[in-house]
Amino acid sequence: MAGAATQASLESAPRIMRLVAECSRSRARAGELWLPHGTVATPVFMPVGTQATMKGITTEQLDALGCRICLGNTYHLGLRPGPELIQKANGLHGFMNWPHNLLTDSGGFQMVSLVSLSEVTEEGVRFRSPYDGNETLLSPEKSVQIQNALDSSYSPVSAFQAAGNTGSDIIMQLDDVVSSTVTGPRVEEAMYRSIRWLDRCIAAHQRPDKQNLFAIIQGGLDADLRATCLEEMTKRDVPGFAIGGLSGGESKSQFWRMVALSTSRLPKDKPRYLMGVGYATDLVVCVALGCDMFDCVFPTRTARFGSALVPTGNLQLRKKVFEKDFGPIDPECTCPTCQKHSRAFLHALLHSDNTAALHHLTVHNIAYQLQLMSAVRTSIVEKRFPDFVRDFMGAMYGDPTLCPTWATDALASVGITLG
Amino acid sequence: MKLSLTKVVNGCRLGKIKNLGKTGDHTMDIPGCLLYTKTGSAPHLTHHTLHNIHGVPAMAQLTLSSLAEHHEVLTEYKEGVGKFIGMPESLLYCSLHDPVSPCPAGYVTNKSVSVWSVAGRVEMTVSKFMAIQKALQPDWFQCLSDGEVSCKEATSIKRVRKSVDRSLLFLDNCLRLQEESEVLQKSVIIGVIEGGDVMEERLRLISGVSRPDEVLECIERGVDLFESFFPYQVTERGCALTFSFDYQPNPEETLLQQNGTQEEIKCMDQIKKIETTGCNQEITSFEINLKEKKYQEDFNPLVRGCSCYCCKNHTRAYIHHLLVTNELLAGVLLMMHNFEHYFGFFHYIREALKSDKLAQLKELIHRQAS
Repeated sequence: MAGAATQASLESAPRIMRLVAECSRSRARAGELWLPHGTVATPVFMPVGTQATMKGITTEQLDALGCRICLGNTYHLGLRPGPELIQKANGLHGFMNWPHNLLTDSGGFQMVSLVSLSEVTEEGVRFRSPYDGNETLLSPEKSVQIQNALDSSYSPVSAFQAAGNTGSDIIMQLDDVVSSTVTGPRVEEAMYRSIRWLDRCIAAHQRPDKQNLFAIIQGGLDADLRATCLEEMTKRDVPGFAIGGLSGGESKSQFWRMVALSTSRLPKDKPRYLMGVGYATDLVVCVALGCDMFDCVFPTRTARFGSALVPTGNLQLRKKVFEKDFGPIDPECTCPTCQKHSRAFLHALLHSDNTAALHHLTVHNIAYQLQLMSAVRTSIVEKRFPDFVRDFMGAMYGDPTLCPTWATDALASVGITLG
Repeated sequence: MKLSLTKVVNGCRLGKIKNLGKTGDHTMDIPGCLLYTKTGSAPHLTHHTLHNIHGVPAMAQLTLSSLAEHHEVLTEYKEGVGKFIGMPESLLYCSLHDPVSPCPAGYVTNKSVSVWSVAGRVEMTVSKFMAIQKALQPDWFQCLSDGEVSCKEATSIKRVRKSVDRSLLFLDNCLRLQEESEVLQKSVIIGVIEGGDVMEERLRLISGVSRPDEVLECIERGVDLFESFFPYQVTERGCALTFSFDYQPNPEETLLQQNGTQEEIKCMDQIKKIETTGCNQEITSFEINLKEKKYQEDFNPLVRGCSCYCCKNHTRAYIHHLLVTNELLAGVLLMMHNFEHYFGFFHYIREALKSDKLAQLKELIHRQAS
């Protein structure tokens, strides 16, 4: 069941991570990812541009915010416009004209989010398309094949140059994902299947020199299952590991324990990507627990609902209280929205039918996430990460001691106290 | 402000408007257009993406219909709408209505005019109107007027007379209130011109006309300034402007006959109103519909040789994908292209007038009009 007989291994996978600094108290690390489309400083938050677009902002705007890696989604792109077209368009980089790094998710999460449209067998996931009712089978091989195909020899279509010609720089294995609220034998089945699917993905991967295939640790909220998964998957020499199956409906108390367990068993010299995590508090805590990479739709999605992220939480700018508030969203923020516009103007614009309002907030929320990660990183490099955490919690909750219990516990487990 | 005409040929006026703005040192070329905005922002565009566009006009059009509901906020803000919307450097013209959104008839009285915002109807007497303008502090504003006369509908002479009378009364009252306010004196009232002789020195701005062929017709009748809502309408239907305006010099010039009397152009609402039925208009032959399947694998830019951000960075296939997947970026990129294409058209109009080639340009445009 552990798949030892079919254990696939290649020549030693590239070491893509360089550690620059480590917190002497917690497990926080600052580092650099060396990827085909450039270096990425870690810890890093990766905005999600599911369908080859970062919602209403241009790639030039995204670049100007300092973003150097973002996400695309295999499931969505595999349906529309499809891998053949993307290949003709000079790969996903060429199609969306993004010169920096791309990470593509395998489509595994859609098994949970679109569960009514999917059916899982050992072969793969059978999806019924919501667009035309057609059925597609997403197998480990097919998923890797699509992600391999989201590439061609990319020649830039504009002066906005791209380095190299490799396609999505990080690709994810297809994993058997179950909702974190599911219990019982299905969780174990999914965990072992994910190991087998990892081996199939490794075997099917045509471009290990150009695209980094990450494994995804499963096991739900069961410590034993997760430990088994960690033990097995770390035998496979992949360039990086993701921690999956969390960030669903589970309690935060269970969540952090699984993250901590995972980071304690993952190799230090490879990046740890915690999938689906994006609330500011969660980011800070999980950096303390030893994670390097994060993605989440939350900041960009909440922007489109009129919510701006700030160090004290969020501002729902559609509310009347902001009607005559002539200051920027955040006076400390350096993003174009905060440089040029007031809360009052954004409030007025949000009540109009001009989509520009949403774009202003998308720009700001991405800037907020990136600035947060940058500040976290600097504090690790300058050996004052625990103080940073206390200041952060103080700003967010009024007092560090008012921070949610789960976060206090999680931080305490790695040596950071808040009171 | 000073209207300085370099040339008048066959009724078309080429020149500049000088000494514009609060500091009096801005200039605008005519014939020209104004940047169309919704609630003080170019549609879909932030400062960054707006400034990607080449040839953005020096003056933007604001609409009272989108700003009147923010009267209180702007009054408290004190520093004027230009600063409030983040366009402190731009010249601003405030029109009564949004040329794109239809305005229900029957809401003008002897004492008030109504505008229609997202929030509903805002009724304005002369004093409320002027109070709003005092809070906005635009460089120009259209005077309160009765614009419910359209040649399209069967309008009685009685109704036309009533409209003229009301508008004159509104204008008188507005001018009176302007005299009493230092703040308001910094703005120029754009009034309705009635009958009489064409006065060379007066600027002519037309509302509701934005299509390329109609623009040229109006220029031939002496109009100087236009609104740029047509590129916005094109954007909203998922289309891109592709019409050519780079006229070739034609050795066999065809002399166009001048029509008898030149129609006098009246400002604002007393003009022949072209159908402004919002964004449900038909696709014109000046544009291509990027939703069509044939663009799915078309890796050309929207218009070959176009210098806009969209054409320099993206393909028709990508825009098609964005439209099919209902992504917000489609509107952003199309707006950037359509504005730039349209502003380029106006540049070519001025060049054509300079070198006496307007006939060629007109022929080129008419060849492309359906």
